[in-house]
Amino acid sequence: MESSLTNYPTVQPMGERSILIEFEPGISEKCLEKVIFYKSLLEKNYPKEKVEVINTYSSLLIFYSTHIEDIYDEVLAVRTLISKANITKKTHCQLFRIPVCYDPEFGVDLGFISNEKKLSFQEIITLHSTPVYTVYFIGFLPGFLYLGGLDKSLHISRRKTPRLSVRKGAVGIGEKQTGIYPKSSPGGWQIIGSSPLNFFDKNMDPPSKFLAGDKVKFYPVSRDEHELILEEVREGKFKLKGESYEG
Amino acid sequence: MKAEIEVLQPGLFSTIQDSGRFGYLKYGVPMSGPMDSYSFQLANLILNNPPGSAVMEITQMGPVLKFLNAGYLVITGANLSPQINKIEIRNAIPYAVGPGDVLSFGTRKTGCRSYLAMAGGFNTEKVLGSQSWYEDITDFYRLQKGMILEINESIVKPAGTASIKIDAHYYIDSTIPVFAGPEFNYLTEKQVLEILSRGFKIDKNNNRMAIQLVEIMPNEIKPIITGPVVAGTVQLTPSGKLIILMRDCQTTGGYPRILQLSESGINRLAQKVQGDLVEFKIQSFP
Repeated sequence: MESSLTNYPTVQPMGERSILIEFEPGISEKCLEKVIFYKSLLEKNYPKEKVEVINTYSSLLIFYSTHIEDIYDEVLAVRTLISKANITKKTHCQLFRIPVCYDPEFGVDLGFISNEKKLSFQEIITLHSTPVYTVYFIGFLPGFLYLGGLDKSLHISRRKTPRLSVRKGAVGIGEKQTGIYPKSSPGGWQIIGSSPLNFFDKNMDPPSKFLAGDKVKFYPVSRDEHELILEEVREGKFKLKGESYEG
Repeated sequence: MKAEIEVLQPGLFSTIQDSGRFGYLKYGVPMSGPMDSYSFQLANLILNNPPGSAVMEITQMGPVLKFLNAGYLVITGANLSPQINKIEIRNAIPYAVGPGDVLSFGTRKTGCRSYLAMAGGFNTEKVLGSQSWYEDITDFYRLQKGMILEINESIVKPAGTASIKIDAHYYIDSTIPVFAGPEFNYLTEKQVLEILSRGFKIDKNNNRMAIQLVEIMPNEIKPIITGPVVAGTVQLTPSGKLIILMRDCQTTGGYPRILQLSESGINRLAQKVQGDLVEFKIQSFP
C-alpha cells in the first residue's frame, strides 16, 4: 500500500503526560530518517525544559515534564506542526569509529554463528566491521545502542536461553541488529567480540555521546590493542570523538 | 546547621525519591520518581517544602531511623503504623523531632508505600539532574543499615494540614482509571469485556519497575515492533500476562500496550500489595 493512502502518522495521547506519534511500522533506515526528521522538528519547537522527545524505529514519544493541560489542543498543535513540515534530507549527524576485539575469548558465540551461517571467523569479522551502522535508539539499558544496518548474512536469532551475565563491552547480534552492552547484564544476544570503550558515564552530562540517528563503524583490534585501549580509557586518556557525517 | 538521620535498621526496601530524572530517556535512563506522586506532593506541601523536594519512599515494612538533630517530619501514603520513640503517630500531620528521637514502623494497616518527608528535604547526591535512587545511576539504590542521611536546612514552618484537602480514600479503592492504550484496538471484543469487567490480583512480581497481575488473559496478539513505553503502560505478553510498567521502567518495549493508566491510576496502583484486587475503569480524556 502506498503510504499516502494510509492514516500514518497517527498522533494520540498516551496517558496524561505524553503524546505518541506513530509512522508506518517498519525497521529501516528510510523509516528512521523520517522519524529523526520529525524528532528534530519537535525539539526545535518545544523547549527542552518542557518536553523530551524519544524515538524508536517508527514512533516518536513527546514526554512532558508535567501533566498536559489541554490534551486535545496539544494533540492538534502537534498534528498541525508535523503536517505542515516538508521532509528534508537529514542535516547533521556524527560518525563514531569504535574498536572491537573479535578474539574468540570475547566472541563466545563466534563458533555458533560460524556453524549456523557456514562462515569463517574472519568472514564474520569482515562482514561485521564493514558497514556504517545507524543508531536507531538507545534503550534496554542506559547507553545500550540499537544499531541497524547489519549485513543480512549475519542475521541470527537470540539465544534460546539468555545468559545471566554478559560482560561489559560485549558486542552482540540480535536478529537484524547489533549492539554493545554498556555494563554487564543478563542478555540474550549472540556475542561476537568486545569493545574496550565506555558507552555510558553517569558522571558526564550528557552521559552518552551517542544520539539516535548517529553513525557507528567498528574496526577490529587485537587483544593487545584492546588491553591498551582499556587502560587508556581507565586513565581518561582515550577520547572518543565523533566526525561530522553526511548521510 | 545541617541535620542528619542515622539508619538503625533499613526495613524492607526504601529509597530516596525526588520528582524524577527528566531529559535522559533518550539515553535509556529511566525517569524514576515517587511511585505514588500524590502522597509525595502532599508530604512536601504539608511541610512547606519546595515542590519536588527529595523524600524517603518506604515499602511495606519501614526502617528504624534516628534523628541526630532537631527537625520536622511528616508521613503520607500507606499507613505502616509509624511511631516516634515507640509512640504511634498519625499520617499527614507534621511532627517536631529532636536529637536522639527514633522513628520506627509497626504493622501495615493500609497501602503499600509511605513517604517520609523532612522539612528542608533530604540532601543526597544529585546525578543527571535528580536525587532519585536507581541502581547504577546513583551510588546507593536502597537504604542500608548505618547510612547517615543529610537534611537540608529549612527556615519555613510546616504549613500543616488545615488548608489542604486530603483524599484518604484513593489508596484503599480498587478502581484504577485507565485510558485505551496504543494497541487497545487489537483486543477482541471478548477480551475488552473481560479486562473491563473483572478484577485482577496483584502478583508477587511487583516492584518499582513493573507490577504484574496474577490472572492470565488468553491472547493471540503478536508482539509489536519495539515502541516507546512510559509509567502506567499496561502490556499484554504472548503468554497472556498483564504487566503494568511503573516509575523505574525501561523506555521501550515490544509487547502490545493495551491500556495506559492515568496519573491517579499509577498512584493508586503504587499503594497495592500482593494479593490486592484491582479493577480497570476506562475513561476518555476530559
